[in-house]
Amino acid sequence: MSGAGGLTLPVLRVALYEGRGARPLDGAHRFAVMQTLLEKGYRVTRIGSGDASRRPDDGNSLAVLGRFTEPQPAEAVGDAGGRVWFRDIGDETPDAVAALVEAIRAECEVHEPGGWKPWFPVIDFDRCTNCMQCLSFCLFDVYGVSKGGQIQVQNHDNCKTDCPACSRVCPEVAILFPKYRHGPIHGGEIQADDVRREAMKVDISALLGGDIYAALRDRSAKAKSRFSKERDEERALKERQKCLVKLQENLDIPAEVLASLPTLDEIQAKAEAAKTRAQAAIDAAAARQEG
Amino acid sequence: MSETGSSPAAPNLVYCRCAYARVVPRKVKDGVLEALADAGVDFDAVPDLCEMSARKDPRLAEIAGGKDVTIAACYPRAVRWLFSSAGAPIDKERVTILNMREETAEAVAAAMVDRKNGGER
Repeated sequence: MSGAGGLTLPVLRVALYEGRGARPLDGAHRFAVMQTLLEKGYRVTRIGSGDASRRPDDGNSLAVLGRFTEPQPAEAVGDAGGRVWFRDIGDETPDAVAALVEAIRAECEVHEPGGWKPWFPVIDFDRCTNCMQCLSFCLFDVYGVSKGGQIQVQNHDNCKTDCPACSRVCPEVAILFPKYRHGPIHGGEIQADDVRREAMKVDISALLGGDIYAALRDRSAKAKSRFSKERDEERALKERQKCLVKLQENLDIPAEVLASLPTLDEIQAKAEAAKTRAQAAIDAAAARQEG
Repeated sequence: MSETGSSPAAPNLVYCRCAYARVVPRKVKDGVLEALADAGVDFDAVPDLCEMSARKDPRLAEIAGGKDVTIAACYPRAVRWLFSSAGAPIDKERVTILNMREETAEAVAAAMVDRKNGGER
């Protein structure tokens, strides 16, 4: 996930400046330029009045684009210490404007946008009971516990793109994935039926002993050996597979995520470690309450 | 400082492009952006609020602390907790969230431009 690797790097901001000392763009050109830059992952602030001092100045590198009628320095330093580049975009096409911005980005050590689909869980603390089930369930160390003993998302970029499985095992429907297709996981309001439905899914996982990942991982190995089994065992296996497929569908785990699961031994070790961390957090919270 | 009292770097209209996913209908997000561009108002267009939340972008605190801020993005519950998880809780009284996954481009754009014009009168 190279794109997410830059989460700690500063970003290059863009200001589309149309105030004093610059000619305004017409609406269609403004729209097309902004659309193109946004699609490439750049944040754009449109400034239509005042003078160039109204540009964003938060210490980040900044590209100020405009149809300037007054000379501008090619580069300056903002009051907050960030580098500022000025570029006259004249009547350039949106792609040409994007190329100007890309050239500036290449000059400085900033985050390269667009390399990561920001997919990670978001916790609704109006609903979360701090039960730590998500911490126990996730094999990819996405979750952690704050110093105050509260569950939190700590490693956003460890999350497997398009996998909402932890939200499906949350008994309180407290985990959102804003880019998920369906509600209430996408953040829509929660209805009583949603809570019942999610609770049923948790029950399915409980029927399988709660060891969902191990069961899914085990599935292909069992499938390979099924022809050597007795008829009854085959039938039993088919039933179990049917159940697992249903579970996989219910949890909506992408095939790529299943394929990338660790080995059974690793799963067991990780699950044990996560369980220990979760229990320690629960015990610490209980001790704090008593104290 | 701007007319609304916030930092000049912080227009109080924020548009999220949700650039890395297809969950916001293209017609709606293009329609809102086009209307904002046509209206000639100052606004901040961000590629993805989720990414900003993951990087705990300080701009989120600026937005959350702004006055009469309107955000065009997705489900309000999602946006609220995205800000909160970045350490920038939203004050519901000061920030309005418009949902481009459910509402029409016309409704979202009208609400943003009307608020902007109303706020600056």
